[in-house]
Amino acid sequence: MKRRQVGWVFAGPALLVIAVFFALPVAAGLALSLTDFDLYALADLSTLRFVGLDNYLRLLQTPLFWQALFNTFYFVAVGVPVSIGLSLVAALLLDSKLARFHSFFRTAMFAPVVTTVVAVAVIWRYLLHTRYGLINQALDALGISAIDWLGNPYWSMPAIILFAAWKNFGYNMIILLAALQAIPRDLYEAARVDGAGTFARLRHITLPMLTPTLVMVGILSVSGYFQLFAEPYVMTQGGPLRSTVSALYFMYEEGFRWWNLGNASAVAFLLFVVIFAATWVLTRFDRDRGEGSST
Amino acid sequence: MNARVAVWIVNGLLAGLAFVSLFPLVWMVSVSLMQPGAASTLPTPILPASPTLANYRTLFGSIGMGTYFFNSLLIALLATLISVTFNVMAGYAFAKLQFRGRDAVFKTLLGALVIPGQVAMLPLFLMLKPLGLVNTYAGALVPLLASVFGIFLVRQFARGIPDDLLEAARIDGASEFRIFTAVIVPLLKPVLATLAIFAFLGSWNDFMWPLIVLTGDPLHTLPVALAGLSREHVQDNELMMAGSVVTVLPVLIVFLVLQRHYMAGLMAGSVKG
Repeated sequence: MKRRQVGWVFAGPALLVIAVFFALPVAAGLALSLTDFDLYALADLSTLRFVGLDNYLRLLQTPLFWQALFNTFYFVAVGVPVSIGLSLVAALLLDSKLARFHSFFRTAMFAPVVTTVVAVAVIWRYLLHTRYGLINQALDALGISAIDWLGNPYWSMPAIILFAAWKNFGYNMIILLAALQAIPRDLYEAARVDGAGTFARLRHITLPMLTPTLVMVGILSVSGYFQLFAEPYVMTQGGPLRSTVSALYFMYEEGFRWWNLGNASAVAFLLFVVIFAATWVLTRFDRDRGEGSST
Repeated sequence: MNARVAVWIVNGLLAGLAFVSLFPLVWMVSVSLMQPGAASTLPTPILPASPTLANYRTLFGSIGMGTYFFNSLLIALLATLISVTFNVMAGYAFAKLQFRGRDAVFKTLLGALVIPGQVAMLPLFLMLKPLGLVNTYAGALVPLLASVFGIFLVRQFARGIPDDLLEAARIDGASEFRIFTAVIVPLLKPVLATLAIFAFLGSWNDFMWPLIVLTGDPLHTLPVALAGLSREHVQDNELMMAGSVVTVLPVLIVFLVLQRHYMAGLMAGSVKG
């Protein structure tokens, strides 16, 4: 075997799998989104017609699509800051010299991350139950009257955000903790000598040093949170009053409930464009900030 | 601030967060051991009044959870075995072997990371349909067989292997395949463990693709079956909690046993932002 070809032989199987089962479908999906592929085409391909951008144009006039997009933005815009805020607090606490039982606390807070979304969503659906849910009973003890978390369109998305924050904060906590531990201790010592208190050190040393990691974690979380699907599927089935229909939930229903696969594919690509734009904006933000601080 | 007060605040907050993290999981086990209907009384019980395995009996008896468990396990084990093999081979090639187009291909792979997997799902379903792979184990496995993240992880790790080691083996007349199995794979053992645990958990917890491709009940994996059951059995909370225990406990155990490798992978994956 020639040296030059060995590399291709080793990389081949993985590349073939990715090309056939990912790259090809993505390209096919773009083509699919330009057709009227539906239940009839599924049975008889000859009924398939090329419709250009019709699917996209029709989606932009579909109220439920805008609702799904709005719901998804709501989930991302509130859910990501809440989750990362929680991650940051947990990481700062773990990084504190005063913290005891380090590995126990770290493992405990990370445990929800590895669990199966569907299974823990089932638990949370019951924790959020209006009458028998422990969350409402705890609120009742504080004198707050029962909230119909999953039955009230105003509370359904906050409930899902609460669940998602619980499930995910441990992941970014670990990444932020590592970044915190990489900050040179001398910086803190120097600041202490200069008379900076705990919060001054947090504001002027920790947070600036942490910003690149926070931005990275933010980008990964934003793109992950845009892909909301299993949570509403199990907890609310998109309701009440369509308040938790996410973009992917809408795509799933269009595709596999109504078999409008052309239309559903257009939803997938629009979501992709949205995610790409959102993460691109965040990257730019990081770059501008980086240039600003270096001058 | 008084130092002792500060210790109490920091550890108190940590204990609070740890409690909130663990409570739903512990309570899930507790409710799964309650008599059917017992969790729907006021005040909602924390511990079972008279513990029973009745829910697990129903689950593995009339509901057939054993089949779903087997499906999940089989798909996760096959996905792990195959994807680790493919990713390690490819990661090694991108790190240590010279071939034409190597860097361009690798850059393309990294670029593809921005495309969410769901974009491929609808067309993939349509591709698999005429091949007879819809509603088969193979169909469920297909997107899990290799991952860019896995290749990237191995490449990062394999770049640390000195070229002299490979050259020495080549001079000794070892074949490229022999070098891979006898020299490279042993050196990559830590990253193999990391890859394996990510692949296993990823497959076990996967929901959307198995939901789409496994159209028939007998092939459902645990998350798909549980989601279906939770829509049918909205009132049977104790039963649903038992189903959640069966689904979650294996991954929690895998994580606790192999935690070190899992965290190593998490860090390696996030280093390059």
